Amino acid sequence: MTEVLDTSTPMGRPLKRKEDARLLHGQTNWTDNIQLPGTVHMAILRSPMAHAKITKLDVSGALDQPHVVAAYGAAELGDLNGAIPCVWPVTDDIQMPPFPALAVDKVRHVGDAVAVVLATDKTAAYDALEAIDVDYEPLPAVVDMEAALQPGAPLVHDGEGAPMSNECYTFPLPGTGIPYDEAKAKADVVVKRRFVNQRIIAGYMEPRAVVASPMGMSNEMTVWSATQIPHILRVLLSLVTGLPENALRVVAPDVGGGFGGKLQLYREEILAVQLARHLGRPVKWTETRSEDMVASHHGRDQIQDIEICATKDGKLLGLKVDLLADMGAYLQIITPGIPLLGMFMFPAIYKMESYDFNCVGVFTNKTPTDAIRGAGRPEATFAIERIMDELAAELNMDPMKLREMNWIQHEEFPYATIAGLTYDTGNYEAATAKAMDLFGYDELRAEQEARRASGDPVQLGLGISTFTEMCGLAPSRTLGALKYVAGGWEHCTIRALPTGKIELITGTSPHGQGHETAWSQIAASILGVEVEDIEVVHGDTGRAPYGMDTYGSRSLAVGGQAIKKAAERLVEKAKVIAAHQLECSVDDLEFVDGAFRVKGDPEKAQPLAAVAFEAFSAHNLPDGVEPTLQAEATVDPDDFSYPHGTHLCAIEVDTETGKSTIRKYVCVDDVGVQVNPLIVEGQVHGGLAQGIAQALYEGVEYDEDGNLLTASFADYLIPSAADLPSFVTGTTVTPSTTNPLGTKGVGEAGAIASTPAVINAIVDALRPMGVTDVLMPASPQNVWRAIEDAKGGAA
Amino acid sequence: MIPVAFDYTKVNTVDEAVAALVSGGEDAKIIAGGQSLMPVLRLRMAAPEVVIDISDVAEMQGVSDAGDAIVIGAGTTHHAVMNDPLVKTHAPLIAMTTETVADPQIRHRGTFGGALAHADPAGDLPAAAVALDAVMTVAGPDGRRDIPAKDFFVDYFTTSLEPEDILVSIRIPKLGEGWAYHYEKFNRTAQGWAIVGVAAAVKRQNGSIEAARIGLTNMGPGPVRATSVEAALAGAAASDDAIAAAAENATDGTRATSDLHAKADYREHLAKVLTKRAVAKAAGV
Repeated sequence: MTEVLDTSTPMGRPLKRKEDARLLHGQTNWTDNIQLPGTVHMAILRSPMAHAKITKLDVSGALDQPHVVAAYGAAELGDLNGAIPCVWPVTDDIQMPPFPALAVDKVRHVGDAVAVVLATDKTAAYDALEAIDVDYEPLPAVVDMEAALQPGAPLVHDGEGAPMSNECYTFPLPGTGIPYDEAKAKADVVVKRRFVNQRIIAGYMEPRAVVASPMGMSNEMTVWSATQIPHILRVLLSLVTGLPENALRVVAPDVGGGFGGKLQLYREEILAVQLARHLGRPVKWTETRSEDMVASHHGRDQIQDIEICATKDGKLLGLKVDLLADMGAYLQIITPGIPLLGMFMFPAIYKMESYDFNCVGVFTNKTPTDAIRGAGRPEATFAIERIMDELAAELNMDPMKLREMNWIQHEEFPYATIAGLTYDTGNYEAATAKAMDLFGYDELRAEQEARRASGDPVQLGLGISTFTEMCGLAPSRTLGALKYVAGGWEHCTIRALPTGKIELITGTSPHGQGHETAWSQIAASILGVEVEDIEVVHGDTGRAPYGMDTYGSRSLAVGGQAIKKAAERLVEKAKVIAAHQLECSVDDLEFVDGAFRVKGDPEKAQPLAAVAFEAFSAHNLPDGVEPTLQAEATVDPDDFSYPHGTHLCAIEVDTETGKSTIRKYVCVDDVGVQVNPLIVEGQVHGGLAQGIAQALYEGVEYDEDGNLLTASFADYLIPSAADLPSFVTGTTVTPSTTNPLGTKGVGEAGAIASTPAVINAIVDALRPMGVTDVLMPASPQNVWRAIEDAKGGAA
Repeated sequence: MIPVAFDYTKVNTVDEAVAALVSGGEDAKIIAGGQSLMPVLRLRMAAPEVVIDISDVAEMQGVSDAGDAIVIGAGTTHHAVMNDPLVKTHAPLIAMTTETVADPQIRHRGTFGGALAHADPAGDLPAAAVALDAVMTVAGPDGRRDIPAKDFFVDYFTTSLEPEDILVSIRIPKLGEGWAYHYEKFNRTAQGWAIVGVAAAVKRQNGSIEAARIGLTNMGPGPVRATSVEAALAGAAASDDAIAAAAENATDGTRATSDLHAKADYREHLAKVLTKRAVAKAAGV
């Protein structure tokens, strides 16, 4: 059972973020701000072609340029040219072609790294790239996944030991429930659709940057990187470069957003470390935005063939999913696993008898894909929530009614899903009731009818997304069963310093979410100190014993557990010392308002700070108690957490221009116990913006030769506040039972839930015109074409 | 990205600017607010050897009344233009159109003349300039001359300015009483470029439309004057149906292109819809 939290503590309060004053006043430490004596700046020559042989590469011209210290192609780099490992080989026979930091002989996507220049001046390094003599022999590029799988398609990888096709892997889910054909045979209605979940970019504000310095203590190499994963990065950099792990320190200083895009080992990090080591001086690299668009991993990019079958009354029987997932040209660290995170989520909140899943990973001559906010779950949620609307239309049922009659009832939890998960808790009825109330569903339906009847050129559509997701990555055994190389535990060390201040060292690695505040609230509540007295230390392998960093909405659901446990252990140890000082038994003490007090004699007390000093001086400790007051905990979660919620979108579609305007967006999310409701709301807002952006604005486009068309923010459209409505957000609180805080993740929820709500709304608006789908992003042109196509279909 | 190295010179008069252009030749480029040039330099799509800063040229700043016209200095910022009383009184279409350009930060830096001389087919101001029969005053080595807006815009990002010319000011004739205006811009994000835009000036009399002037944005390599629509509107009833019928001519004389945001057929469709809306809004229908 989750304990009831004391409302007198900072836990659960909507405190403003304590890190914001520093962030807003420019008192930050971005990687690009780091200036070390003797630094050389790295610039990278990138392929302008999607697929080509490098027939000539002569870097000597760059060496003659001012300020240039060194220049390398793969030949000059030799053994220093590390390769990026993939740590998620999802099947035994997965094809994992080499991914060298600098391309060897061939380039495989626009932006592939060809050569590197180091100069004492940053702009000189860029200028010198133009003095590199390189010739390419263009090869046919494969851009489209289905074309890539055709016999005779050009091969992205055809070197020695390379696969003989562009198929990276095929992953079938061993059948669950009754065979799908049996379910289908019982069905009255079968709906099949193909959805395209387009390619997107992370679009963080701070570009990637890395500084590698061999000037650390003893033989230590220090690497500062704008990364989400300093701890994992240290392991990987050690494996790739051969530097002993204990001689590598990786620091993620202030990091300006990640959204999964900085959950990576990038080639530039390898090159910086190798060249810093080789040259014996610091190497620095900060990407340009143009580089980011081609060289940082992309996300999504699935073709989803999905079939659902049901009785004529609307009872779901089975679901069949066939995915093509675009890997891009190479496998980054967890590229192949992303679609498989979605595998668990296609059945979503619904009960059914059969589930069939198959995923084929495909190589193409495009930038590699990997995790972006939601990683696999947004794709799955999009497909299931879209096809639920299509099924409702086929059955002529209200789409919410169809959901209600098929979702897991609150009294049925814990519930073992057809996809093999066990959802611990949830209350879809409560969240939906609250959302419907905030939305005014019936009134909006009436307005929709009126607009349809009057032939208004601006039609109204209502879109629903009743989502759940799995997050809080993750139970290590589960990850092992999925062939993921690492675990999913988390660590925390808490030190009560002799001056009374608290140092909280976490293995998670916040990058803008507000964790410094939230972590402080958890620890302050247990330790009875002020939030301001806690200093959170994170993102530094030199200061944290170990950790698993930040991704998959894990920092609270997993990291928070470690904080709670470490804080409780610290109180336990302090209690023994306090009892000794107060000359009473431990059982006679209670810990109230930051002090140990003798029960029945509250004047006899010792504050935690005093205990910390006693532990430091160690003049009078009980026998067997070690000096210093600190505690640590490493926690492996029992299970994922399963946030859920009901999102409702009302959208006005101008049928003359195709332009969609969100009229009202309501969501009620259940993220369990909230440590800080203000941060929860902020995370929901940001997630909604990103999910709505995928629905309406964002989409990576290539031409048929593999040239990136959306190569800048002029063409890759990220909405601003001016483009989004005021969100109406609410919450319900159904505590999770998979962690002692009762929390669930919130970082990805909005991005997972909102995309299908928006598209469902647009299709709902246009369904009487014969429209049954619209391509994402649902740009005015795409919506207009859907209308025109439907007209043509009717004629 | 990072621009290629270039020399920088700041001039104080139009004559100095022309002299600098003469000495720099084709390798010289004028910079005012830098809102168009800097992205081009940073992407290394251009690499001039010298950049001539004209932002301190007093003659090119501000708006003045010239009797039958107003004169807008080419170096006047968008923000200053859209808030200028003379512009608001005598050329409200310019003010309305300018309000839709980019975002407030850019409008505080970017200039009226800079946007016209850059001649981006998706830029909003050229359409308003041709609709109002603006006249460009240009200085070159042989002195000054006037170029009507219809002859100024030649092709994509190309004007009839010679390499040694500088746009000094823009003369906007006063249309007089009875005219009403609207700029209908269609874009995907608030500060995005126009996919299509329609600048409309309409004169109403006794329930009908006496005259109209229509300029189209992004329906060809430069701004297009929709003369067929204008002809159809002259004398037409100020009604939805009549305006819609006239707007069907909006694609006459256009050369819409296809790009990432819109294929040509969609642009043509939008031109008709947006012309209808722009005229209706200007005419108060």
